[in-house]
Amino acid sequence: MIASTKPSALEMESIAARHPHLLRSTSGKRRKPLLVGACMLLYLVFTWWFFSIGHVLANANWPIAGTYLADWVSYEVRPEFRISPDGTMRLAYQRNSPLGQNPDPDWVMLEKRTVTRTIDTPAAAQIEEPKANSSFSFMAPGAALGKAAEPAPQPSLKQSGTEEVVTRAVITFDRSTRIEVADGTVTASYAGETFTMTVGGADAVVPQGPLPHWATQKRPGEKITLSFGLTGWAEVEGDEVSIRNRFFGWANFLFDTNSPFFGKSYGEVASLILYGERIDPQRSNLALAWNNILYNAEWQHLDVWTKLLQTIVMAFVGTLFASLAAFPLCFLAARNITPSRIANQVVRRFFDFQRSVDMFIWALFFTRAFGPGPLAGISAIFFTDTGTLGKLYSEALENIDDKQREGVKSVGAAPIAVQRFGVLPQVLPVFASQALYFWESNTRSATIIGAVGAGGIGLKLWEAMRTNSDWENVAYMVLLILMVVFIFDSISNACRSRLMGRKAQ
Amino acid sequence: MATSMLSKPLSESGALVERHWQELSARRRMYTALGVALLAFTLIASLWFANASNAGKFFDRLPHLFDFFGELMPRELMEIPRALFDLPSPYDDGSFKYNYPDGRLHLTDGIYVPEYFHKMLETVNIAIFSTAIGAFFGFILCFLAARNLMPNPWIRGVARRLMEVLRAFPEVVIAGFFLAILSLGPIPAIAAVSIHTIGALGKLFFEVVENADMKPEEGLRAVGGNWLERVWFGIVPQVLPNFTSYFLLRLEINVRASTIIGAVGGGGIGELLRLSIGQNHPAKTLAIVILLFTTIIAVDQFSAWLRRRLVGDQAYAFVR
Repeated sequence: MIASTKPSALEMESIAARHPHLLRSTSGKRRKPLLVGACMLLYLVFTWWFFSIGHVLANANWPIAGTYLADWVSYEVRPEFRISPDGTMRLAYQRNSPLGQNPDPDWVMLEKRTVTRTIDTPAAAQIEEPKANSSFSFMAPGAALGKAAEPAPQPSLKQSGTEEVVTRAVITFDRSTRIEVADGTVTASYAGETFTMTVGGADAVVPQGPLPHWATQKRPGEKITLSFGLTGWAEVEGDEVSIRNRFFGWANFLFDTNSPFFGKSYGEVASLILYGERIDPQRSNLALAWNNILYNAEWQHLDVWTKLLQTIVMAFVGTLFASLAAFPLCFLAARNITPSRIANQVVRRFFDFQRSVDMFIWALFFTRAFGPGPLAGISAIFFTDTGTLGKLYSEALENIDDKQREGVKSVGAAPIAVQRFGVLPQVLPVFASQALYFWESNTRSATIIGAVGAGGIGLKLWEAMRTNSDWENVAYMVLLILMVVFIFDSISNACRSRLMGRKAQ
Repeated sequence: MATSMLSKPLSESGALVERHWQELSARRRMYTALGVALLAFTLIASLWFANASNAGKFFDRLPHLFDFFGELMPRELMEIPRALFDLPSPYDDGSFKYNYPDGRLHLTDGIYVPEYFHKMLETVNIAIFSTAIGAFFGFILCFLAARNLMPNPWIRGVARRLMEVLRAFPEVVIAGFFLAILSLGPIPAIAAVSIHTIGALGKLFFEVVENADMKPEEGLRAVGGNWLERVWFGIVPQVLPNFTSYFLLRLEINVRASTIIGAVGGGGIGELLRLSIGQNHPAKTLAIVILLFTTIIAVDQFSAWLRRRLVGDQAYAFVR
């Protein structure tokens, strides 16, 4: 029996003779995908040229991409050693250092000495060779200064003062990576290799021996960049050594450096809150700690949460109003409910208009009307989605089962009652399910229309990105948005599958 | 006879059923009332919050809602086509504002592409290109995420989570990140839109694959086809029309998305629209809005026509 289903060669030939178009069309069908593929390839080449993608990608600043990505989950501490011509150094940290006002991390080891110096001729000082006991540099044991006391910059010529200088510094990045700066020599060890440079004033960096693969110097005498992979990097210039030590995590997430709780362990903070003396006599330590967290200068928790709530509210209110407005209109747009052709067409074109003007244009328009903020976002979502939901609702209405409506009509019900008992029970789950879907989807779109000024977290996100230095804040906000979207996604999915049964998709 | 049955007192079990039913409906009414009250409360609280944190207050601004339309009146109706086609304007006083021919993109000395058409083409191109990229990767991912083709729950789970994250990741962030690395231009927009499209299309695709008829696949399995052959010859031919249809649907959405991304720095027509509204230039604004409106309608109509040709009058879930 099975054998009989396969035609013999003779039979196949006769079929081919009788229906030649069958075989011809298959060859045509075979050529079609090739043609489509060739067109797509041609299009890709055209786009490549149109956007000059190759050129842009080649000119991109790729190394900085790695730094930006690393900034999402880590932070840098940047001690900088300014080397005077006599080989002594002064240490400074970046402004708003994550280590607070007077950083003294244990990975920076300093040998210090107090010197009194009189500045006679600063112009001549530039050419003096280091360590020479010349007109500007004395080595007198001065009064002991507290290490925290930063010496005031010398205001004018011919003044003498004492200051504490660093003579030797050892910076330990990790077990195998360290940099030692002393006496005009910089010694770096990384991955089992040791590399020495001498520095003597601006543009005079001389490597001793060949450069290892982790050190780069563009031209002789110019700065040498040492990259230590994920632990950080350093720049050795003639008169400055800049250290970038990278630490994993988000710095000062709870308390910023101005907070009295800064730098304390969780246990210390807890005991301060529970048993400690009032730091601020006006309020309890708990209130102070909470206030410090909310108004953390770097992370701006309260502001971020408010903006996130705005985004959620925009999506919720916008979608709710849109479905409420679309509900009566869709009955007018459905051909089987409203027999008037004109009413159908007018309402339909109105829906099309709302959808085609696009949420973005509505957002720009309402931002002008209401000023930046969530009202603009709500209105934009409301206008666009009235159109979209109205279209979907009217399609659902046109697909209803007519029997129930006829049944209600046949017992003499009023038109409103026919809709209420004959139509509504069929479509209400569909309506609710679609509204839920759009609620969840609008939570995502609300982020992006926020970036053009329509309120919510979008603008804050955009501003944080434009500075190019707050990528950890971006990561924080993205994490919050992802959490909200996933939570709403599962709520909406759960509700929808309860409404529609298992066939929600 | 019917009336006599209704008026008859209920039996004991009947009364029990009646009482239960009444209790049930009372409880149901209570839940509905509670739900509506909760919704109303949330709505009022949300509205209050939105109004309080907005720059302008709703009732203060409401009378001025249509002022913007007044501002949108160009000096003369002919200014709109002049702005649209980069024709010289009689109001040109030498400043940048009314110098429309300045934006022309000359192909030759006589023939030029008006600036807005060029930028609109750029936006549409961004949409098509990124939809193509997204569809390509979504196509690869969807077979790994489909339950009927990938029995290994780990690979399936990873593919699905990956698509979820790509879908939910804010497009603004991707655009902003690439904007920081690459300079201004359309590529940040392409990256943002295509990454989102991978997730969105991948989800739709794997749902189509899961609903596919498994008989061709079974036949290929019986003659010893490997996984790739089974997928390529057994599944792909039957899902391809649906895939193409979803591709076109996504294209419609991406034209809008690339406009918005353009406004936040991705180039294209969106940026020009934002600038012209910011500069308070009614003729330019109206010209761009008209162009955008027509393009979106044209793309929608074209895609609807092609989809009808491909899969007939099949209804689709509207997915964004």
